[in-house]
Amino acid sequence: MEPNENQQPFLFRDCVLSAFSTGLRAQNIRELRDKLTVVSADSIYYHFWGSRLATRFEHPEYHNDFAGWVHHSLHDHILGERLGIIDPTDFEDLERLRHELVEIIEQRLDEVETVAWSKPDDQFQFVRSRIIVFDTPHHISHPSELPQVLPTLSLSSVFYHFIDARMRLPESTDDFRAWLHGYGEEFRELMDMLANLDPYFLPLLELRQTLVAKTTAFFESHSLVTV
Amino acid sequence: MEESVVSQPDVALAEYERIVGSEVIEQLFQLAKPLRGKRIVHVNSTRTGGGVAEILTKMVPFTRALGIDASWEVIAGRNEFYQCTKSFHNALQGNHVTIPTAQLKVFEEVNAINAELLRPVLNDADVVIIHDPQPAPLITQFPNRRGRWIWRCHIDVSKPYRHVWQYLRVFISKYDASVFSLAAFAQPMPHPVCLIAPSIDPLSAKNAELSAEEINGIHRQLGLDPARRTILQVSRFDRFKDPVGVVEAYRLAKRFAPDLQLILAGGGATDDPEGAAVLNEVHTAAAEDPDIHVLELPADAHRTINALQRTADIVLQKSTREGFGLTVTEALWKGKPVIGGNTGGIRLQVIDHHTGFLVNTPEGAAHRIRYLLHHRDKAEEMGRKGREFVRVNFLLTRHLCDYLSLILLLESGDSNRVELRRIA
Repeated sequence: MEPNENQQPFLFRDCVLSAFSTGLRAQNIRELRDKLTVVSADSIYYHFWGSRLATRFEHPEYHNDFAGWVHHSLHDHILGERLGIIDPTDFEDLERLRHELVEIIEQRLDEVETVAWSKPDDQFQFVRSRIIVFDTPHHISHPSELPQVLPTLSLSSVFYHFIDARMRLPESTDDFRAWLHGYGEEFRELMDMLANLDPYFLPLLELRQTLVAKTTAFFESHSLVTV
Repeated sequence: MEESVVSQPDVALAEYERIVGSEVIEQLFQLAKPLRGKRIVHVNSTRTGGGVAEILTKMVPFTRALGIDASWEVIAGRNEFYQCTKSFHNALQGNHVTIPTAQLKVFEEVNAINAELLRPVLNDADVVIIHDPQPAPLITQFPNRRGRWIWRCHIDVSKPYRHVWQYLRVFISKYDASVFSLAAFAQPMPHPVCLIAPSIDPLSAKNAELSAEEINGIHRQLGLDPARRTILQVSRFDRFKDPVGVVEAYRLAKRFAPDLQLILAGGGATDDPEGAAVLNEVHTAAAEDPDIHVLELPADAHRTINALQRTADIVLQKSTREGFGLTVTEALWKGKPVIGGNTGGIRLQVIDHHTGFLVNTPEGAAHRIRYLLHHRDKAEEMGRKGREFVRVNFLLTRHLCDYLSLILLLESGDSNRVELRRIA
């Protein structure tokens, strides 16, 4: 396989997320619903995506902070499960995602006679985030260089290209697949391997290791590893 | 301090790079590039002693090594000023404190005097970061200020005494942004309220690696037996730290681990009436058990604390109320599993079953002590995870990264996504 001369090099980028208080808090699901209707969309981004940058030690049980808080702090396991299954990439934008969250909570409010309260020091704190994106010194001109560069990336760079990209790009793809797509069918198998990687179930460290393992396996099997 | 690092910037950076990795240093350089040549001035009220001074001692030269013109100024005041700011500190943590009007007048006068002394520096600064309430009114003396002013709060103000908070809020609301350590501490403001967790410096006396010889020497000096299994709590003798609960937990665990010893290490309590009372309660609870070592250490006993943390098998922070809990951070950094009270910032650091255990009672603490003494492999695994957790989240480098990000965001308007292009 010869390099595609028309294809642009892949420039690795990195990011930092700054967290800001919104001043909004909730102590039960009624308050959670009310605050969700008014909080900025940046906050919904943060509680679905941004908190993925935080260090995790286990495969996350819930994929957004709302579900985790409802489960752990309110012990409402039914609502926790319903919120936990939401895939934010199913929604065109954060407003539609907000609408879905509110709908699910309202459905639960219809079902329960009384709402559970969290401890005062365990309220849900609505945080919003702003992201700064910047270049790194790393770039590659051919996919076969991926296995060498991926292990050197910061976890925030992995977050930017593999998770944040799903918010930025059409069809909820990631930056690697979007780039490989430029090679036509040549790397279809690798793209499929990456598509099968569910980022929700992997802490970032493990996600990086898995990306390295998948790309290495692919290029070794095709004898294309750059040394 | 600043000068020595500025003249040899690579020395300090190389040390940090060894600890945090080159990608973290690279991130800092990338964030610093658009800010090169800018003047950032930190202002607080003490050059030595306390967590703020400890952080600024390293953060300022580090910032300069990234090509930013950072400096650190300290305001000075007379006795009534410090009485007043001590009252502020207590009130912001929730104590009902009455501050005489005369003291408030002194507070504002001292700030006005310091404003004149600092006028040339602060007038020219691109960014001024004011730490804690002591210098907060300075901003009122600079109506034509050129740069952006940020107020950084290092105190737990989750439930402040409202009268005092309302007084201080008048000054703080004039800033361009404020920074709190946790979302739970943040107070509503008419400007952006950023959340930046505190940090420890891995190269400070309290956290740097120590030789086995030094550690053994410190143990000999304190009459401790390093060969025996040890549980440790480092904190002031304060009811919220529950030292008596720690003694109870130790007694319950010792029945199953007769060689166990407990060290309670804290600051002297002679100038704090409540601290002295708590210390007496601890001595009573200890009941002359020779395996309970209550150590009253001076405020600068950093290497001693460091040595105690390094030799402990398990570190406890069984607080019933806690701000952030930097002693937890320090213990995790030394690879120790931490049994912590299920409260405040401890919950951010003690990730249950991963970096330690969260507990609610002395019985719960005793149960976890027994578990960790028995499962040494689990304790070691928690220690490894805890150190990595701190390396990523709670070191000085992350703290500086957050400050640089905030400054860049303040300069970038309201956009929620800021793109920096590589500058050669």
